Amino acid sequence: MTAGAGGRHPARLVLPFAALAASLVAWDLIVRLNDLPPYVLPGPGLVLATLVQDWAILWQSLAITLVTTFEGFAAATVIGLALAVLFSQSKWLEYCFFPYAVILQVTPVIAIAPLLLIYLPQQLAVVTCAGIVAFFPVLSNATLGLNSADRNLVGLFTLYRASRWQTLRYLRWPAALPAIMGGLRIAGGLSLIGAVVAEIAAGAAGSGSGLAYRIAESGYRLNIPRMFAALLLLSIAGIVIYMALALVSHLVLRRWHESALGKDM
Amino acid sequence: MTTAEPAVRLRGVTKVYDGGVAALGPLDLDIARGAFVSLLGPSGCGKSTALRLIAGLAAPSTGAVEVARAAAPGAVGFVFQEPTLMPWASVRDNVYLPLRLAGVARRAAMPRVEAMLARVGLADFTEAVPRELSGGMKMRVSLARALVTEPDILLLDEPFAALDEITRFRLNNDLLALWRDLGKTIVFVTHSVFESVYLSQRVLVMTARPGRISATFAIAGPEPRGEAFRTSPDYAAQCRAVSAALAGAGEDPSREGVR
Ligand SMILES: Nc1ncnc2c1ncn2[C@@H]1O[C@H](COP(=O)(O)OP(=O)(O)OP(=O)(O)O)[C@@H](O)[C@H]1O
Ligand SMILES: [Mg+2]
Repeated sequence: MTAGAGGRHPARLVLPFAALAASLVAWDLIVRLNDLPPYVLPGPGLVLATLVQDWAILWQSLAITLVTTFEGFAAATVIGLALAVLFSQSKWLEYCFFPYAVILQVTPVIAIAPLLLIYLPQQLAVVTCAGIVAFFPVLSNATLGLNSADRNLVGLFTLYRASRWQTLRYLRWPAALPAIMGGLRIAGGLSLIGAVVAEIAAGAAGSGSGLAYRIAESGYRLNIPRMFAALLLLSIAGIVIYMALALVSHLVLRRWHESALGKDM
Repeated sequence: MTTAEPAVRLRGVTKVYDGGVAALGPLDLDIARGAFVSLLGPSGCGKSTALRLIAGLAAPSTGAVEVARAAAPGAVGFVFQEPTLMPWASVRDNVYLPLRLAGVARRAAMPRVEAMLARVGLADFTEAVPRELSGGMKMRVSLARALVTEPDILLLDEPFAALDEITRFRLNNDLLALWRDLGKTIVFVTHSVFESVYLSQRVLVMTARPGRISATFAIAGPEPRGEAFRTSPDYAAQCRAVSAALAGAGEDPSREGVR
């Protein structure tokens, strides 16, 4: 649906870029015609120039944020999937512990971050924040997926005296893959958000050099063009993460699942 | 083949579902080894329930279900009303599934899997995934999967109900040929009078819910049965008789179990 089937029609590729170009021109015109100073609103050209000029600093910060994002995402994936598998094996475990997952989900991470920064070393606290935000969609989607195997197929496995492990491995897990992939796609973007939120919280506490810290720091220094450049990098990182996960999902599901099939199949 | 010990024996079997729906029985039933028996009844009369009880997929509320050799995994083959294939697995892997669950190594299993796929006419489609198959082909995969463990008993729940007539006739003939060659006990659930008479040695007509057996017909026909039988007056006469019994069963007044 996302990565695979789209893009065949030329207008679908051209239109977004045309719209982007138009809005950039409009932005530039607004800045020029009103003669806005850069600390109010920098033009797109200046943002780009800043991006190039500050590339060394920004790139380093981006790398730090991406590592945090990736670590948080990996932790959320491993823990979320492991818990989902446990829950699928025992309803009691699910009843006991799912509420805590919900609590973790509904509590804003910005409110948890300062607490984590007190208890944990900074880098670990930041990664934990990213993980907390990303963890719930993984857990809830995987739990749903693992419980939605076809009832008759479950009956068939019972008939052939399949062990729990066999039922998990050959039935529940593959049946859950579409839901799991959906969860991971959401989690990828969320872990970036979690990393940024935690970096901002940590930045206020003093140290740190991720992209969000750069944004906050540039804000204090009224270096608005750099703020925009950093913001741009963040958005691009988010888009790339989403597209990469969509591609993985497509590759995993392409042979059998409706979501990964073209229209004419 | 001994006929002394039946393949399936049901005694006083009833099934009441959680909501208080009396779905079945009481049912007494003996199915001889190697027999082809059809369960025929109106929709909702408990045919699927009876089959699930025989397969051990559900427990009876009262009574006893005995199935010869049922403890051995793979002794019972089950074909659901829908193909019920794993959409992510190839045809080959779908048919391999019962053997895989029994711990048979892939290499050792493949000759049997391939032989069974050839038997149902799908030798060229082993690498296809289910969505690449037609409805009738999926049903044949399901049949091959049920047969690959060489079960003693084959339970089929309206397996061809969703198919067009031509495909159904062909699969009917395929099934008869399999039964003749392999000598399995077959319990075949259907709501089609014509299908039940064409296929089986014995037709058990069930009442409306809660399903009980209201009539039993021993079907006389040439062996092997074929298109000649399907168009014979003899076949038509037997269909008429079964139809009449089914109509009578449908308006059974003694539906004491319904709440
Ligand atoms: N899991 C269930 N829980 C509660 N009631 C059920 C359940 N399964 C079946 N029933 C009820 O039991 C009755 C018999 O169902 P069953 O599926 O055995 O009918 P059937 O003869 O196979 O019908 P059909 O020909 O339409 O497939 C139905 O009236 C249905 O409402
Ligand atoms: Mg049924």
